[in-house]
Parts: sequence; structure tokens; C-alpha cells
Amino acid sequence: MTHFSRNLISASIIALFAGMGAAQAQTDIKIAMQLEPPNLDPTGGAAEAIDSVVYLNIFEGLTRFASDGSIEPELAESWTISDDGLVYTFKLHDGVRFHDGTTFDAEDVKFSLDRARAEDSTNAQKQLFAQIADVTVVDPLTVQITLSQPNGALLFNLAWGDAVIVGPETAATNATAPVGTGPFRFVNWVQGDRVDLARNPDYWGPAPALETATFRFIPDPTAAFSAMMAGDINVFSGFPAPENLPQFEADPRFQVLVGSTEGETILAMNNKQAPFDNVLVRQAVAHAIDRQAIIDGAMFGYGTPIGTHFAPHNPDYIDLTAQSNYDPELSKQLLAEAGLPDGFTTTMKLPPPSYARRGGEIIAAQLRAVGIQTEITNVEWAQWLEEVFGSKNYGLTIVSHTEPFDIGIYANPEYYFQYDSQPFRDIMTELTATTDPVKRTELVQAAQRMIADDYVNGYLFQLAALTVAKAEVQGLWANAPVAANDLSAISWKQ
Amino acid sequence: MTRPWRSILIGGALAAVFVLSALISYVWTPFPIDGVDIPNKLRPPGATHWLGTDHYGRDILSMVIVGGRTSLAVAVVAVGIGMVIGVPLGLWAAARRGSWVDEVIMRGNDLIFAFPSLVIAILITGIFGAGAVNAIIAIGIFNIPVFARLTRGAALSLWSRDFVLAARVAGKSSLRISAEHILPNITSLLIVQGTIQFSLGILAEAGLSYVGLGAQPPTPSWGRMLADAQTMVALAPHMALIPGLAIVLTVMGLNLMGDGLRDLTDPRIRMQRT
Repeated sequence: MTHFSRNLISASIIALFAGMGAAQAQTDIKIAMQLEPPNLDPTGGAAEAIDSVVYLNIFEGLTRFASDGSIEPELAESWTISDDGLVYTFKLHDGVRFHDGTTFDAEDVKFSLDRARAEDSTNAQKQLFAQIADVTVVDPLTVQITLSQPNGALLFNLAWGDAVIVGPETAATNATAPVGTGPFRFVNWVQGDRVDLARNPDYWGPAPALETATFRFIPDPTAAFSAMMAGDINVFSGFPAPENLPQFEADPRFQVLVGSTEGETILAMNNKQAPFDNVLVRQAVAHAIDRQAIIDGAMFGYGTPIGTHFAPHNPDYIDLTAQSNYDPELSKQLLAEAGLPDGFTTTMKLPPPSYARRGGEIIAAQLRAVGIQTEITNVEWAQWLEEVFGSKNYGLTIVSHTEPFDIGIYANPEYYFQYDSQPFRDIMTELTATTDPVKRTELVQAAQRMIADDYVNGYLFQLAALTVAKAEVQGLWANAPVAANDLSAISWKQ
Repeated sequence: MTRPWRSILIGGALAAVFVLSALISYVWTPFPIDGVDIPNKLRPPGATHWLGTDHYGRDILSMVIVGGRTSLAVAVVAVGIGMVIGVPLGLWAAARRGSWVDEVIMRGNDLIFAFPSLVIAILITGIFGAGAVNAIIAIGIFNIPVFARLTRGAALSLWSRDFVLAARVAGKSSLRISAEHILPNITSLLIVQGTIQFSLGILAEAGLSYVGLGAQPPTPSWGRMLADAQTMVALAPHMALIPGLAIVLTVMGLNLMGDGLRDLTDPRIRMQRT
């Protein structure tokens, strides 16, 4: 009897384990990120965190970014471009519904684009739509966009989170209860903690492997590390403490993905504030900076040095780092030439990310070595947006510009670093009107050289995309060509 | 050696190391602390850098010494503010005991006491901005009621004593009595409380710097060293351990010294011993 029952127990234990092995793969996921979105409407806010939650998941555009940064069709099945490059005709997918049950058609496209480019639009990237002259509905599944002048970047522009298609019935409430056409629908937002999404059963495309997904917001790097180690979260996208990555790499329970982002991290200088209005001073600052020390010290080696405001993985990138190499002696000479042989004192305002806080302390020490004293103030993002970005009340600041292909910000003299150059604006105007790829490359490279020659900002490094995940999670994007967590690509290994 | 003396000696020695090294740092530190040396970052304690280096390659021994200077300056001035404002207020309240002056002063103190000290500090630095000066003001403000209450309580018991009555009969004003008779008799009490408040001031400064409201970089401070070390504990435990020990030893030293001084000067305890 004893013998029998022991066998029975072992048999049932074996059966239990076998059963576990054959169990279905996990269908929920908890993804953490550092910043919480201020709202959930990608057409009504500049914050990258909005796109990280809703882009590709809840909202879709006519086109979309793929994981390698290329542009793919999404709600538009196909398109044709007229010979003069002015008229784009999009054929839309049939049978697409918004999460509230209403049908998606050409009227929604017209509504969304007209709303985004309207005079009173609150869209954060209105320049994406600047060349659009008219949007016309040909039939429910065909829409025509007419441009005022050829724009080689239209399909790229339409892929941005700011250009997603929204329904007229729900556009006003998307900030708190987003309704889109995507593979996931919005369930719940507990402010300060998480956003819950669930699979959209009526999705027009292939059904995603995941049934539910939770985005959690963990601003503190120490808490991020503990949450990941304790298994409270499955993925951390944009892991904030690079010094902890070797520990995750050594642990078989985890995988670490190191990729590229569109984040040009710069030491921005206030080009209209003395003494930074003098190009010699800006050049002196550029030569006082040791990029490798900043990458090693602040990012523990993760990051690629840059010499201009352009992503190194872009085929049109030119390496101009040698032009602003680390040369403190030259820096002192330049300061003397500028009439400041004893240096000067300025302010440095640092937003929360560690690249800024730590990078700032290292840069302050490097600048001190050539005689430039900095008064550091650590600021929160809201304060940074108000004082630095808005009022331009700063001398130096450090920030990563994560929008793809954003060299165009230098054409805006009102932008916070206040670079005011007519020759640069001429290049950008010509670039917008050019569709020939060879000519475009030439112009883009001329633009890169011009801002490097004018030493507009100190160009530090390209931010690395650091993702930590459980080893069984597959389909994560290693690179971040745009702020996104593409849930439909994610699944668990069986 | 009696117990109070042992406490005073051990505590005094710890406090002296802290004060002396902070003073010496004005003229000399083992390594300069305003430069970064990234190739030498996160070195464990060794022959060159006795206590190792931090994540920027700075010498932690030098950082701790200079950080102690920040703590010392903040705590001295903050306790000073508390004493200079709190003690006269307490004396005034005791001199006019039972009157509306007494009521206003003491209820005002209750008002400050009603808020946890760190909340007041966060409020002040939130309004006026983070920085060492605002941290001093914040810590100073919640030191005021401590000294005001202590002074009033001690002074009240003296006002009914014969020598004070004699002074009153001799026609001295209450201002002169407070200054010439009351204050000298409560000095030892104030010194003891000052030592304890001093150690609390150091803790408060470390707390404020830890949450980023105290001294701003590059000024070293113990609290910020701890905050910086937070994500590096697994990589370089000495980065957290050393400023932590510095805070513990200094605060413990000051508390021991304060306790010893109190035992030595408190008449009740003195009487028990004899």
C-alpha cells in the first residue's frame, strides 16, 4: 500500500511537471518605462512617452515605422504618386473599425489630417503637414492628398505618431480614453502607476499573440532595478541605469538589448545669450569637452560619439567628431581670442535623465579645466520645458533630441538654442522641395556641416536604446527608430 | 572614569575628527575634488585612493572630508539661527508668562512644531529653490521652536527663585534679569541641546541633499554621495558605505557628547550620584 501510494505521488508529480511544460505560452506582459505620458493623445502632445504607449498599439496612421526605421503601409494598403510629385492617392484597407465600433473610411483620414494642420491645431509637430494643400475624399476607401510643393518626406511624415488617424466622434476625449483602429484597445489608466491595454478582437490585421498588456511607469532607477530583479515587470524599455546592465547580462533569466535611438544628445548653448553669441566661445566649449569621458562616465560606455546633429546609423551621416575634438589648450586659446582669457561663469540647467545629470557634472569639470565656471541647477522636466525650452532662460543645458531626422529644428530661430542662420534656412527650404535622393543627400550633409562649422551646440553622443527583458520574451525592438513599443510583434517563447 | 566623561571623550573625539578634517579641507585635500578622472572610476579602497574613487573617478576620502564641510556649515548656521531667534523668544515669553505675548510666541511655536520638519524644509526649498542656503534657512526655522520652548521652560522655573526675586526687589527690569540672571543659568542646557540639534541638522542636511534639495553639484555633500551611490551598490559598495559611515559616526559622536554633557550638568542626575 505504501509502495503503491508513493508511486502514485511520483506519477502525479511527473504528470504535473509534464502538464506545466505543455502549458500555453504566457499571453500577458508588463512593460515598464521611466516616464509616464501626460496624456494618451499622440496628436495633442510632444511627449515621447505618449507614443511609447499608444503608437502602433492603439493608434495607426496611413503609414508606419518598421523596427528598422523604414516606412511601411499601415491603414493605407497602397498609394500612387503623380508625376509632378504633388498628388498622393491612398487606397485604404477595407473592413477597419475603430474600437468604439464605428467604421474607418476616407472621411476619417480627411478629418484627422485637416484637424492636425488646422490653424488652431494643438498638434506638436504641425510642420509635418506644412506642405499639404488639400485632402479630398474620392470614395470611402480612396483619399487624395494634394501638396503645395513636392515633399520627398510625405510618407515619412505620415508615419509619425502625430499623424495617426482618429475618429471625429472620439477625437476630443482621446487624451484620457484613446480610441483608435489598432490591435490593442485602451482599458484603464491608473495615473502615476500604469496603463492597461487588451487585444482588440475586431482587429483588421493579423491577431497579436498577446491578450493583455500593462505599461508601468517607474521613474526611479533603483526601483527600476529592483522591479526587474523581483520579476514584477517583464520588460523595461529605456532602462535608466546603464551601470546595472552587466548584472542583467550575467543573469540567464534576462536578456539585454543594446540598440540605437534617434536621440542626439547635445550640450545646448543659448546662441543669443552672451558670451555664447560669439562663435569662438562656442568653439572653445566644443573643444573643452571630452566625449569619450562623458560616454564612459555617464553612460558606462553605451553611446556613439557624434560631431553634428544627425544619427550615425543614417546612411547620410558624416562623421565630424574630429572637427570638435577634445583639445583643452586650443579651447583656452579660443577663449583668449574671444576676449575672455580668464573664462567666464554661466548657468547649466539639467533635466532628470542620468545622461544629463551625470553628463552635466562631468562637463562642468571639463569646462572648469579651461576656465569656464558653471552654476548647475537640477530641474524637473516641467521646469525645464518652462525655463529652458520656453523662456530660454539658461546658458547651457543637456538634452537628447529623440525625434527622427530632426535637423530641421535648426531652421527655427525661435527654437530654444536660438540659432539664427539664413543660409541654413535656405538649405532646409531647398531640401523640402527636393525629391531626388542624390541631391537630398548632398543637402542633408551640407546642413550637418553648417551647424558643425557654426558650433551651434556641443554634440556629445547618440543615445543608446537599452532594453532589459525576461529571456523568454521575443519580438522586442532592439533599435528605437521612433518612440514605440510594438506589442503585436511581442510574444513569449513556449 | 565616570560614564558621562567616557561619552564626552568618545563623542568628542569623533566630532573633533569631523570638525578638524572639515577645517583642514579649506587648505588641503588628499586629491582635488573638482576634476573628473573617468579612467579611474569606481576603484575600490587601495594604496593611492585610501577609500577608493566614485563613478567620476574622484577620491572618496577627499569627497567625504569636503562633504563634511558642507554639513558642518549648514548645521552650524542652522543651529545658530535657531538659537539667536529661539532663545530671546523663550526668554521674552518666560518674562511675560501668562500674558498675551507668551501665548502668541508659544502658539506660534506650536504651529511650526505641528508640521514635520522635513515637510517644512521641502516646502521652503520648493518655493525658493534647492540649494545650500535655502536648506540652512529651512533647517534653521524648525530649530527655532526647539530653543524657544527649552528656554521658556527652564526660565520659568528660575523666575520663582529667590535670587531672581531679589533682583526684582532691587528694581531690575525683566530684560536685565533675563540677560543677567536667567540666561547664564541656562547656558549649559542650551549647549547640550545645541549639540543634539547640531547632529539633527547634519542628518537633515544629508536628507535634503539625498532628495536633491540640498547643496547642488558640484559641491560635495554626504546626502548626494549616498544618492549617487544608490544604483551602484552592487558595483562599488564602498561608494554607499563610506558616506553612510561618515554620517553615522558624526551623528553618533555628537549625540554621545550631548548625552555626556547633559549627564554632567543635569542637577538631578548630579544629585543622584553624590
